[in-house]
Amino acid sequence: MQNREPRKEDLIKGATGDWEIVLGLEVHAQVTSKSKLFSGASTEFGAEPNTQVSLVDAAMPGMLPVINRYCVEQAVKTGLGLKAQINLRSVFDRKNYFYPDLPQGYQISQFKNPIVGEGVVLLDMPGGRTVTVGIERLHLEQDAGKSLHDQSPTMSHVDLNRSGVALMEIVSKPDMRSAEEARAYVTKLRTILRYLGTCDGNMEEGSLRADVNVSVRRPGGPLGTRCEMTNVNSIRFIGQAIEYEARRQIEILEEGGKIAQETRLFDPKDGETRSMRSKEEAHDYRYFPDPDLLPLVLAQADVDRIAASLPELPDEKKARLMSDYALSAYDATVLVGEKATADYYEAVVKDGSKTRDPKLAANWVTVELFGMLNREGHSIETSPVSAKQLAELVDLISDGTISGRIAKQIFDSMYKTGRSASEIVEKDGLRQVTDSGAIEAAIDAVMAANPDKVEQAKAKPALAAWFVGQVMKSTSGKANPQVVNEILARKLGLSSEG
Amino acid sequence: MSDLTKLTLAGARDALKKKEFTSVELTKAYLDAVEGAKALNAYVTVTADKALDMAKASDAKLAKGEGGTLEGLPLGIKDLFATKDVLTTACSHILDGFKPPYESKVTSNLWRDGAVMLGKLNNDEFAMGSSNETSFYGPVVNPWRRKGDTTKIVPGGSSGGSSAAVAARLCLAATATDTGGSIRQPAAFTGTVGIKPTYGRCSRWGIVAFASSLDQAGPIARDVRDAAIMLRSMAGYDENDSTSVDRPVPDYEAALGKGVKGLRVGIPKEYRVDGMPAEIDALWTRGIEWLKAAGAEIVDVSLPHTKYALPTYYIVAPAECSSNLARYDGVRYGLRVEGKDITDMYEKTRAAGFGTEVRRRVLIGTYVLSAGYYDAYYLKAQQVRTLIARDFTEAYRSCDVLLTPTAPSAAFGIGEKTADPLSMYLNDVFTVTVNLAGLPGISVPAGLSSEGLPLGLQLIGKTFDEETLLRTAYALEEAAQFNAEPAAWWRA
Repeated sequence: MQNREPRKEDLIKGATGDWEIVLGLEVHAQVTSKSKLFSGASTEFGAEPNTQVSLVDAAMPGMLPVINRYCVEQAVKTGLGLKAQINLRSVFDRKNYFYPDLPQGYQISQFKNPIVGEGVVLLDMPGGRTVTVGIERLHLEQDAGKSLHDQSPTMSHVDLNRSGVALMEIVSKPDMRSAEEARAYVTKLRTILRYLGTCDGNMEEGSLRADVNVSVRRPGGPLGTRCEMTNVNSIRFIGQAIEYEARRQIEILEEGGKIAQETRLFDPKDGETRSMRSKEEAHDYRYFPDPDLLPLVLAQADVDRIAASLPELPDEKKARLMSDYALSAYDATVLVGEKATADYYEAVVKDGSKTRDPKLAANWVTVELFGMLNREGHSIETSPVSAKQLAELVDLISDGTISGRIAKQIFDSMYKTGRSASEIVEKDGLRQVTDSGAIEAAIDAVMAANPDKVEQAKAKPALAAWFVGQVMKSTSGKANPQVVNEILARKLGLSSEG
Repeated sequence: MSDLTKLTLAGARDALKKKEFTSVELTKAYLDAVEGAKALNAYVTVTADKALDMAKASDAKLAKGEGGTLEGLPLGIKDLFATKDVLTTACSHILDGFKPPYESKVTSNLWRDGAVMLGKLNNDEFAMGSSNETSFYGPVVNPWRRKGDTTKIVPGGSSGGSSAAVAARLCLAATATDTGGSIRQPAAFTGTVGIKPTYGRCSRWGIVAFASSLDQAGPIARDVRDAAIMLRSMAGYDENDSTSVDRPVPDYEAALGKGVKGLRVGIPKEYRVDGMPAEIDALWTRGIEWLKAAGAEIVDVSLPHTKYALPTYYIVAPAECSSNLARYDGVRYGLRVEGKDITDMYEKTRAAGFGTEVRRRVLIGTYVLSAGYYDAYYLKAQQVRTLIARDFTEAYRSCDVLLTPTAPSAAFGIGEKTADPLSMYLNDVFTVTVNLAGLPGISVPAGLSSEGLPLGLQLIGKTFDEETLLRTAYALEEAAQFNAEPAAWWRA
């Protein structure tokens, strides 16, 4: 665990003074793989119950697990993406407990010797602050099936489709100090996994779940007793669960009570956490090495091969966007949040050897395009405006063919009709007017109609903006704003050229 | 035609090839023998129709001069092996009515080579026992009896159905499994040959698991040659068993006649245990003399950790079994006793479904894996296991094969040891070391006790050196000339 100076804004005010939250997360990420960790059954989401269950998944007598090499490679890839130690020898253990959706009566997991050791995740916090979160370990394990308690008044049903699906449990160090950091951590982890293609990060489908360990302490003091909020399945809920739980613990401590180490469940309906089982009631999982499986031994050459195939990851991509295009840390962070977004941006900004205005392109992607996608419920992948089409629009702005203001109108039309920017400019006659004679005439007309305003503007130059608006209005926005400004300033006697 | 059952597996094979009789005739002779031997309780399921269908198919192949190495030869299958659409219960109440939709790899190999299935053989429940008295279907009775005594004798365990069936000529040979001696000790108790191959030689896929790191399939047969023929068919790599080993299966039968001249036979001094009957000691000495006479060199060796083998075994095996048997929970197959909630259902089902010995081992296993006890028991046992394996490696620097008694006594009467689990566990004292080290071992009948019951000698080989093991066993068999047979008192 890292020692950080507590930040004032992260502290929670209690009746008896300030409190600091200490957070560690265990994230369960479903490995992107066609078949399960130890069987050939399909992992596709949404199939009819119990249609993707092999003899191994149902734990029929005499069935044996066989490791899925692809899942192992995915775990190694993820470990490398987390800049973590890859353990060339790891061991699968059995975690024993009874539950109807756990057919074997044990989960095959990795306890003492995980496949991935210590690594690190960097969080980009607002204001350019970076938080380093240590990764304790990553191990491979089987998912359980699903118990359905709402199908019958007297019985529970079990769906084993998920039984045996490969999960990576990624355990962080207790390095986070606020709900905001925990949210940023899950977001960043999800981004890295999606870049790597090792987990689709889909929280609604349960591909990514988090157990959140929460404790509170006096700022910088000794660690408090932690409680684990299990299976929180959205980034928003993670934040809510932490806020609620921290306040609950502070209240107990301030009333002179003690925190009982326990597992709690977050209920999104009322935003509360509830006790599930205490430490005394915790299972004794009786871990021991699974005798059906040999230790998992990797060759360094295989790890090297996987390392060589890693894609550019968000941190590297961000650094490159900042150096190649002189983007701000903020813009770069926003753009690398999804690999598809960064790819889209780069397709807009780069055209062979030619580079478009990076800042202009970034604004168009992060402000106009994102705004529209959000409003229309689209994603970058389903955007009706392609990167190539947006690039053409940026070109038209850059070479002065259209004004920025008109560009927004054109973009609207592109988004709704699928037509190209140049086509819209030509058909709708939206070409920017840069002819100073025409603009001067328009200005003269406005000034002639508003002599009182002219007088006021001469005394109070800020009022010139009103004239700009009037001119743009009378030219249907096509007048080049720069030219308007220049001529207007001269006519109002506001510029040095007079 | 009852004399057809007198033939060995090799003899029947050769006669079928020469068309002296048909597989259907041979199979009927065995089905008749099985029908007449209900008093032994060796079979829990007889698959007569399936046997005759398989025999007919084999006859068609044999008629054309085709067929595999076991074509048309009727076998018995231990109930621990999953057999497709045929009741497979591991002789436990908890697997009531379970008919697997799959066939174990080992039995698939046998059917691939043309063998005929007569039925499923009794065994100790989940292979936990040394006398075949823990079966839900009742004890198996050894065809052998003490001289002038009608006391029912145990056939050894856990593969008691297999050993009794082979000894009473209720099948040509049988499959069996060995976790701590479950092939070799029953073979010794019934005057038959049983080989447990190297761990990883036979696939465990489709065999109801007892203790995964120790379980290994092998045959019980009339003689060493038959055991060699069976093992060749049963063995082989299986990608569905991560612990099976990918190496070619030799023609074990071809290795038999090569003699033991110059072979170094190790005699481990630690196997001369306190309280061992004099006749076992004498038998061992005779075995040494036989091999010496056949040209082998006798070497004294030491296996210093032998005394820890039994306690180690009785930690490791129950630990694994406690986890392996967790799947029998009443949820998906087999027995379910309804309860007021899920925990109640689990408890009622498992209490009703498991017998006393299985419950005892599940409890021991759960205990030794529990938090606070794991290091003292399971972890320590694994460390000792490593030392035991190292003992053998050291011993094999000066010898090629080891000779020991198979069991510390002849077979005992049914019910004589059931009240004292520890004395029952002591039966495995010479056999468990072999499982803990993953080595191959074979039991060869070598004489009769003063009471007229068979006694066996055990040979232990190097990893994957079943050929040397079998050829030494063959030499021992030739020298011993064990021709005694039980009187057929059981025939109805």
